[in-house]
Amino acid sequence: MNLSTPNGMSRRHFMRHLAGASALSGSALAMGHTLRSNAAELAQNRKSAILLWMGGGPSTMDIWDLKTGHRNGGEFRPISTSGDVQISEHMPKFARHMDKMAVVRSMSTREADHGRGRYYMHTGYVPSQNIEHPSYGSVIAHELSEQRPELEIPPFVSVGGDSVGPGFLGMAWSPFSVSSNGQVRNLNLNMDVNRLSARRLALMQLEKKYMDDQNRGLAVKEHMDVIDKTFKLMTSQQMSAFKIDQESEAVRERYGQNGFGNGCLMARRLVETGVPFIEVSLGGWDNHQNIFPTLRDKLPVMDQAMSALVEDLEQRGLLQDTAIIWMGEFSRTPNINGNAGRDHWARSWSTVVGGAGINGGISVGETSPDGTQVITEPYTSEDLMASVCHALGISLETTFTSRSGRPMKIANSGRMIKELFA
Amino acid sequence: MINRRYFSLTLLLLAVISGMAVGQRKINTKVQQPQVNEINRQIRVVWDDYGLKPAEPASEGEWCRRLYLDLLGRIPSVEELKEFTSSKSRNKREELVNKLLYDETYVEEYARNWTTIWTNILIGRTGGNDNNSMISREGMQKYLRDTFARNKPYDRMVHELVAAEGNTEPGTENFNGAANFLIDKVNEEQASQATASVSQIFMGLQVQCTQCHNHPFNEWRQQKYWEMNAFFRQANARRVGNRRDQSGMGSILGDRDFRGEGARPDVTQAVVYYEERSGYSRTAFPVFVDGTAIARDGRVKEVNRREELANLITQSEYMDKAAVNRLWGHFLGYGFTKPIDDLGPHNNPSHPGLLEYLGSEFRKSSYNTKDLISWIVLSEAYALSSKITSVNSSDDPALGESPKFSHFYLRQMRAEELYESLVVATQAAGNRGSYEEQEQLKNRWLQQFTSAFGTDEGDETTTFNGTIPQILMMFNGDLIKRATGEQPGGFLDQIAKTPMPGNKKIEYLYMSALARRPTKDELELAQVFLNLHEQDSTAALSDVWWLVLNSSEFIFNH
Repeated sequence: MNLSTPNGMSRRHFMRHLAGASALSGSALAMGHTLRSNAAELAQNRKSAILLWMGGGPSTMDIWDLKTGHRNGGEFRPISTSGDVQISEHMPKFARHMDKMAVVRSMSTREADHGRGRYYMHTGYVPSQNIEHPSYGSVIAHELSEQRPELEIPPFVSVGGDSVGPGFLGMAWSPFSVSSNGQVRNLNLNMDVNRLSARRLALMQLEKKYMDDQNRGLAVKEHMDVIDKTFKLMTSQQMSAFKIDQESEAVRERYGQNGFGNGCLMARRLVETGVPFIEVSLGGWDNHQNIFPTLRDKLPVMDQAMSALVEDLEQRGLLQDTAIIWMGEFSRTPNINGNAGRDHWARSWSTVVGGAGINGGISVGETSPDGTQVITEPYTSEDLMASVCHALGISLETTFTSRSGRPMKIANSGRMIKELFA
Repeated sequence: MINRRYFSLTLLLLAVISGMAVGQRKINTKVQQPQVNEINRQIRVVWDDYGLKPAEPASEGEWCRRLYLDLLGRIPSVEELKEFTSSKSRNKREELVNKLLYDETYVEEYARNWTTIWTNILIGRTGGNDNNSMISREGMQKYLRDTFARNKPYDRMVHELVAAEGNTEPGTENFNGAANFLIDKVNEEQASQATASVSQIFMGLQVQCTQCHNHPFNEWRQQKYWEMNAFFRQANARRVGNRRDQSGMGSILGDRDFRGEGARPDVTQAVVYYEERSGYSRTAFPVFVDGTAIARDGRVKEVNRREELANLITQSEYMDKAAVNRLWGHFLGYGFTKPIDDLGPHNNPSHPGLLEYLGSEFRKSSYNTKDLISWIVLSEAYALSSKITSVNSSDDPALGESPKFSHFYLRQMRAEELYESLVVATQAAGNRGSYEEQEQLKNRWLQQFTSAFGTDEGDETTTFNGTIPQILMMFNGDLIKRATGEQPGGFLDQIAKTPMPGNKKIEYLYMSALARRPTKDELELAQVFLNLHEQDSTAALSDVWWLVLNSSEFIFNH
């Protein structure tokens, strides 16, 4: 008996269903989905992406593109890595995984306001009054969801932050925001499953009727879609992916028992479950003052969690199908200000990508010795997004249609960064 | 005790339901206020220009529900709804508006709602929640509550917020709750947040991007940014006591002499330096956006720069328009510009004449916010149905079109509105504790939806936005569990125990949540639940109530 959506069912028919429902046994009503083990079949040829979002705009000159010897260079030294690239001395663990990662040192963008930068780096578009563009997670979840019909939990999960919304793709592609402690609020309902089923059937019917009889716009349809997804998720075994406390103490220690460590661990579990896009947030990079002591505390946390993540993905054979993207909304001024901090800077900075077939151990592009200019071909948010899509097997010819009917090329027609794939 | 309680509820229910008017009565929409007529005229001109026809009028119940939600931040009780629908007065709408705005009974709720709205505008949903914050959320709310309870003229509120001096914490000497707006915005980064927030909130000017460079899409230049910024350079925030355990002592917002920047600063010509992208250094003195310069002296006793700025803002047309646009957007779902706080020359308003007109009428009313509100809510556009039909389906701002207001734009309740609405609908108001306790309880509940982006500017977002976390809360959250609870003596139990026929009980629930009676289909559906529960009517009512609360029609202001 399929209880998912009473589409096209007449009212009387539905009434009979409901009336009969009380007589049925619990097992027959178990929410209309089958339970699957997240076995090897899920891992087969299924691409995923993890975005490590550094809210506030981290100083990439102090992490990925050090300028020793120049007065802009700051207090940190570079160290060698397992790849053909040097990074900050405060990233020693991740240095051992650099052979799998690439630093794009020639990012050059124009948005140096937090809100605008966050939007631009997440969507490939500058904010507009007339249209809301879908973010990375929405686009990729939208494109990859078909690969995994068995997924019962949202295809776009945002851990410890809220990401950017689905824009014209619609509410169904919104980030599912969860806290990094793995607890999803209000998930437990203290109710008999039969009773829930009856409510579900009745609610979907009421909503459908409201939508069909009276056109009140898209919001009503979206409300119904989200309700449907919520019902699915509520009884799904896949929700255990969020339960990081099922991991051993040793594993949790390896990631670091903090928000970002927990988030990266959860990202790994979600990839294993088949979620195509996970964003993990680490904020606090808006270092207008005292940047060096702050980074000395902060970088080890990031170093530990990121290296544990890459290590686990590789060990499980998932890294070849999972793209990792590290970025913030922009970076920080090469010049160190009067408060021993750095201000907003978008003109020349770095992002890091890896996995899903992206070349590892390399740096792409170069900045001037003072860090203020990209001296090779500059790359943008669009280019980075196009590259990630390409790595995930999503065609760059993919075109969306905005709600007003305007065709929109994926990644805003960005160009693939060739060095990442050569 | 219980018997008596549900006996009185029965009487109430019977009275309520028998008093419901059937069908629609013709209402006098011709209103005396010329401002309302002018709004209607200008809105109609745009409909004609675009060949649009307005939606049919909203039902009385819908209109009444809207008004309560938008003015008081909650839906009407069944009794309130009935009082309105059964009134035979030709001016019943105007009477209800006046009652909600001016009747003693509603002063507290009116002030609470607008305090919530303005707290979120001024310090966000998270401001002051952190123990380490300089902001006292309670202090901010105390100031706003007083402002709205007394219906302080809008320009005075703006002046007080911009020029505020004093301690943020209630109960301290020199307490001034208005200081909470700027307390954490003046010290960092040469008061860049104060510059941006004041410009955006009170003048509708988005200047934050021009701090570092001229913006290609914004007429505002970098020079103007720093001239505006110069007004804030005397401002200073400091904590009273320097340890966290001395909480309750608050922080003080004040002004001190600004000596000026540069190698040889001259306090009588207190200058601000900034750097252009090209690397050139430039200077700025306090000059208002319209070009009015004030004296350059940096000594507070000579020139109080924030005081001067507050005077200039409250005398400017920017303030009038920004206020009108914000209020219009609050009631109609979209402002004349999107976003509502960007009125710069690059962002043309949908109804420039109307914006201008309402701004000047607002000024003429000596900034009586309640006047402006009553013009808007008595307008034809506010009374249209949210049902879209073929004659106005092209009017859809969600597609990026400018709004034409030919039908009501439905929108989701804010989290605060949901909370207050459930309190009213389940008659839980009696045992709520003191005002402060209520607000703390609500604030704690709200925090589950709010998250910050991790920047120094403290920008934040809410998951009460129609996504899964919100739906999960509506399905299973404590608030809903309480509302749909079957415990003896509770809301549903009381209804169940009344001797009314089952249909009347269902009707009461529909009226409570949706301001309308159930349809025949809906009654039949409810009957199915009664059968499912073998006539345990509290359980059946719980199912029906849960369904109603989870319907689009409930969560959307429609």
